[in-house]
Amino acid sequence: MAQVNPGGNGKGNIASPSLIERFMPRVVMTRVEEALALARKSSIWPLTFGLACCAIEMMHAYMAHHDLDRFGVVTIASPGPRTSDLMIVAGTVTKKIAPAVRRLYDQMPEPKWVIAMGSCACTGGPYYRSYSVVMGVDHILPVDVYVPGCPPRPEALMQGIIKLQEKIMEDARSRGRG
Amino acid sequence: MAESEPRLQTTEINVNMGPQHPATHGVFRMVLAIDGERVVDVTPHIGYLHRGSEKLAEGLQYHQITPLFDRMAYPAAMNNELVYCMAVEKLMGLEVPERAQYIRVLMCELNRIASHFLFLSSIGLDTGALTPGLYAFRGRERLMAFFEAAAGARLLPNYFVVGGVREDLHDGWKEQLSGVLSLVEFDTDEVDKLLTYNEVFVTRTRNVALIDGRTAIEYGALGPVLRASGVPYDVRKAEPYMVYDRLDFDIPRGENGDCWDRYYVRLFEVRQSLRIVRQAMERIPEGPVQGLRRPTGIRPPKGEAYARSENPTGEIGVYLVSDGSSNPYRVKVRPPSFCNLMALKHLLREAYVADIGVILGTLDIVLGEVDR
Amino acid sequence: MAEDKATTGASGNGSGALDDKGKALLSLLEEEFKGLPLEIGTALELVSVQVPGEHLVEFCRKLKEDPRFDFKALLCLSVVDYKEYFQVVYHLLSLKHEHKIAVRVNTPYDDPKVPSVTSVWAGADWYEREEADLFGVVFEGHPDARPLILWEGFEGYPLRKSYPFNDYQEW
Repeated sequence: MAQVNPGGNGKGNIASPSLIERFMPRVVMTRVEEALALARKSSIWPLTFGLACCAIEMMHAYMAHHDLDRFGVVTIASPGPRTSDLMIVAGTVTKKIAPAVRRLYDQMPEPKWVIAMGSCACTGGPYYRSYSVVMGVDHILPVDVYVPGCPPRPEALMQGIIKLQEKIMEDARSRGRG
Repeated sequence: MAESEPRLQTTEINVNMGPQHPATHGVFRMVLAIDGERVVDVTPHIGYLHRGSEKLAEGLQYHQITPLFDRMAYPAAMNNELVYCMAVEKLMGLEVPERAQYIRVLMCELNRIASHFLFLSSIGLDTGALTPGLYAFRGRERLMAFFEAAAGARLLPNYFVVGGVREDLHDGWKEQLSGVLSLVEFDTDEVDKLLTYNEVFVTRTRNVALIDGRTAIEYGALGPVLRASGVPYDVRKAEPYMVYDRLDFDIPRGENGDCWDRYYVRLFEVRQSLRIVRQAMERIPEGPVQGLRRPTGIRPPKGEAYARSENPTGEIGVYLVSDGSSNPYRVKVRPPSFCNLMALKHLLREAYVADIGVILGTLDIVLGEVDR
Repeated sequence: MAEDKATTGASGNGSGALDDKGKALLSLLEEEFKGLPLEIGTALELVSVQVPGEHLVEFCRKLKEDPRFDFKALLCLSVVDYKEYFQVVYHLLSLKHEHKIAVRVNTPYDDPKVPSVTSVWAGADWYEREEADLFGVVFEGHPDARPLILWEGFEGYPLRKSYPFNDYQEW
């Protein structure tokens, strides 16, 4: 394999140190969007909103064993929509509560994200023939990450949140251009 | 200070505790009429989680309905599966093998502990204590690790089938379960030390929302609510099913019927469930675990059956009508939390606004069950 | 299932499966309610009584207040759609004597009306509201007949046999 970085430290695709790196070695240079995205992804505060059985697994993910607090996801801090960034729709969305879910989403300030947790929130789940279930929350909200499962393990929710964090960084790097 | 000071004009205001609220334990809405800090009237609104399970059950075959029942009282999933399987077995006149009965009792009691741990965690959160929740959820994690090893899934395992259980317990289950039980007992003791005689907790729950036995029976609120009001009625003792008549356990009996009694009754039941599980572990016999050769393709004879059992939230009943085909004709569930919620108006009659979360917490409602 | 007989149950599994308490209750019922046009039978191991609608409240009140019956708890109130008629089934429980009974009322399909038992048991309140929502059965005398489980603007009665399943196609 040809050497990619003749002047670097020879370990893989690491670019050779730039001038700033050599003369001011501890200063980080980045774009403003990336810095903001770093701040946003490290402290996503979800809305305390569990609908059905997936809420129990969500609670398990918040508690001590699968701690989500280490990712910056603190749920006790935001009991209402005005102070939260993330809405984890955990459970079945019925037609009766769909207007309330939409209203909560509208009340959240930008930037906001939505994780659809569980197969009921993704596509209607085991209630696909029911007269009162919305077949997936993406009929009423724009969803960023889908976490399938019935219910998904807390580790699956953690992977969903990590994917959301990657998505936030990627959106900032590409300035939203897909 | 003039003697004829004009009295303050007060009006009642209507406050909506909407479907999304951190203290309502699910999607439950209450419209409260409040006079200052006192609750005058409450109008509960349910149906926000109505998924149509009873209608869906008429389009599914008998073995496909068990997952629907799992998702009703989801912290205690296997208890609901039990009552449904008991209703079908009663209709078919089917005898469940003894090993399967012991396994069912074991799993149901472990699920009862798990559900009561969820209750202990949420009652702690309602009164402002965060630590008991952490211990309770650690205990739940250990129980769920056992469920995953034995039944295949952590929360909603779909483990019981008509005639027995889906498969036998895994190798080495006794050692794993003994380890789990000792740790669960430790967690129960920790929660007990933190909450039971804690001055703040006692002040918030003693003599709050009293209900007497007769009113509870009137509303149909059987289960821990009735036991806390002084009537020691438990379906496991009154009409024993599975192998409960061979196992030794006590029924708690409250004195006042206030929130503290409802909390302590459930803590007592956790310890009794540990006792039952230990006895079942010793006495479980060898043998087959399924009563039917094939648990799919069931066609019960024409008729109807009513089965009842003791869920952690109360007494659950299933009324099953069959017309002889492979789908049931009508499946009606009598949910315990539904009846407990009917007593809410009586409980909130002289409450402060700050007590609403605590009172609703001690009823231990699970909205999946209320709305089905 | 087209006859409205009180004795339902599997052929061979129906009558005769009562235990002693059930048999005592059966004979007590037959003796006590000779005046009313009831049909007393069994359904698996439960005593089952078919009551005409106009005598329902009086019958239930007697069952609740008479100390020999003492059916203080209403366990379950269900409605079953039998295509030509609706049947409302009340499962009652007595904690003191520890016996159960199933009381049935039939009502015609086109105009289903049943008197409400909320004056007898306060716990029948929400059951009746829910079944009125789901089946369209009118419970006369109910103090608060608002929809409970379905939302405003829902049309139709979903648990009737004539209501279709929502076979949703994504695309």
